Amino acid sequence: MGQNTVTATDSDFAEIVGSDTPTLVDFWAEWCGPCKMMNGPLEEIAGENSGSLVVAKLNVDENPNVAMQYGVMSIPTMIVFQNGTEKKRLVGARSKNQLESELAEFAV
Amino acid sequence: MTHKVLIIGSGPAGLTAAIYAARADLEPIMIEGMQRGGQLMLTTDVENYPGFSDGIMGPELMDAMHQQAERFGTQVVTQDVTKVDFSTRPFQVWVGDDLYEAESVIVSTGASARWLDIPGEERLRGFGVSACATCDGFFFRDRQLAVSGGGDSAMEEAIFLTKFASQVTIIHRRDEFRASKIMARRAIEHPKIDVIWDTVIEEVLGDEVVTALRLRNVKTGEESELAVDGLFVAIGHTPNTSIFQGILDLDEAGYILTNNGSTATSIAGVFAGGDVVDHVYRQAVTAAGMGCEAAIDAERWLDGQHA
Repeated sequence: MGQNTVTATDSDFAEIVGSDTPTLVDFWAEWCGPCKMMNGPLEEIAGENSGSLVVAKLNVDENPNVAMQYGVMSIPTMIVFQNGTEKKRLVGARSKNQLESELAEFAV
Repeated sequence: MTHKVLIIGSGPAGLTAAIYAARADLEPIMIEGMQRGGQLMLTTDVENYPGFSDGIMGPELMDAMHQQAERFGTQVVTQDVTKVDFSTRPFQVWVGDDLYEAESVIVSTGASARWLDIPGEERLRGFGVSACATCDGFFFRDRQLAVSGGGDSAMEEAIFLTKFASQVTIIHRRDEFRASKIMARRAIEHPKIDVIWDTVIEEVLGDEVVTALRLRNVKTGEESELAVDGLFVAIGHTPNTSIFQGILDLDEAGYILTNNGSTATSIAGVFAGGDVVDHVYRQAVTAAGMGCEAAIDAERWLDGQHA
């Protein structure tokens, strides 16, 4: 895992997204090519916005409960949470620029 | 600085061009694009690439090609090209505000999956509508799925999806598949796969997630509904040439036109290979071959310029 992102699991998910700080959760898996494309952009965005945005990665293979609970049916799916509530959902790979503009409301 | 060779795209064509250009000391730069590795990144087993007798995973094959290109000194930029100007020398290629200049350019931007363009499809993308079985099949364990298409990729998706789904129905608008015989037979004979022939999908139904498809038989005109939890679209590809419109000569379908027997495009010094040119063969190995040709064509062309 990258140095700027945190790893979320079924057991610590509620705690991670319960934060006051907006938290983007990237739902991914090893066998998903487009998910791998997001590694670089997410790592950079996490590094450039430490303090205002937390980026967490959740492996859907190892943590199927959260993915099911939030009805994730396609990966990569990125959901931004704040205080435990879903604020924004992005489905599918995109460029860093596009991601930044879509996350602008969270001060990226 | 002006690069000798700039390669756009990083599928088998782009990476093979990079390997050859790097080994010819042309110090290529490759703008590999966000979809690094191209369409093979979305596949599983590649069983027909020569040299791998037991098959190889698509992403693994692309990683290996990538390492080979980098080993010989290819410089890689992981961004999408946003604009090109081939009317000036050196050629100009932009990634956002960053300008790259090059004496020659190899275009290998490939093709992207096509969508059906029917009501409900876009709204439910990510909620049961998908174009990537390897990415999304996992979420449909013991569910009913439909696959739209009749080519090799539709067969491959349908067969792959049987690992998860309870039932896969292939919906095809004609009465036979254009897939290779071996792939078509594997699909048709599969106990979990059904085929609905001569039928098009008119609409994807469902409020929040896919619940059914509205179908129409093209021979009888009869309409029906098929209850499914997901629809995987595999109806072919369109070339990624939007940034070359009005700049390079393209055919009616948008593929780049090359001169007979070479990879030369309508602009001297710009070469093209792979699925962005080829709507006939569209194989990893043919794309790699064309990438090799493009690198050799570029090298000879550069030699001529400096002679």
